[in-house]
Amino acid sequence: MIGKKRILVACGTAIATSTVVAKAIEEALEKRGIQATIRQCKASEVPSLAQDADLIVTTTPVATDHGKPVIQTLAFLTGIGKEAVIEQIIEKLKS
Amino acid sequence: MSLDQYLSKSSILLGLEAETSSDVICQLGETLFNAGLVKDSYVEAVINREKTLPTGLPLDGEINVAIPHTDIEHVNKSAVAMATLAKPVTFQNMVVPDESINVHIVFLLALDEPHAQIEMLQEVAGVVQNTDLLELLMTATDPKEVLAAFAKSETDPKSN
Repeated sequence: MIGKKRILVACGTAIATSTVVAKAIEEALEKRGIQATIRQCKASEVPSLAQDADLIVTTTPVATDHGKPVIQTLAFLTGIGKEAVIEQIIEKLKS
Repeated sequence: MSLDQYLSKSSILLGLEAETSSDVICQLGETLFNAGLVKDSYVEAVINREKTLPTGLPLDGEINVAIPHTDIEHVNKSAVAMATLAKPVTFQNMVVPDESINVHIVFLLALDEPHAQIEMLQEVAGVVQNTDLLELLMTATDPKEVLAAFAKSETDPKSN
């Protein structure tokens, strides 16, 4: 039994862009029947929160020395390459 | 219809003359401050944040957008201000801050609650993803046209 996956969604202030990204990921995963817990945070909080996440999705550069996969993308804001990023997220959650 | 609930005619500046991103933020922020929607610390906070956490979004078409914003403590009431620029202004790329992009349209966001205003934010993202609408916005000469275009795009299923 695989537990619920945890995704950390980061942006500069944890107010605007991560809200859009978190909602978009939630909807995309729901559509595919994948359950995940999504938490928003500031980019500066990634080092302290990364350990509790299976995947980090961010719209702004974040620390990467925590051993967790990081997807850095604007796709959920600009729409460019969105489907590919969703596939990438699902791939990372599976592994 | 949630964008026009946050965007008033007085906060739509069309063909704005500006040299820098700070200049754009200053002029747009003033409209929000004059309407009592943001505190006097807001503009400086947005400008400072833009330096370390930039908000330029490179898009597929000719038109690029920036969505400057800052922490909730500088905001009284959630709102959006919008400008089309007479000539493109340089913003840094959100995801690659070293990269400069020429921005034509700016949405200045004032948010008073974290993780909230999801409809408003999604609608801004929807506009960003709608090339036809962005092109239409660039040709607008009256704020009424902008509000009408937003209202129309929301009823038009094609626009995301």
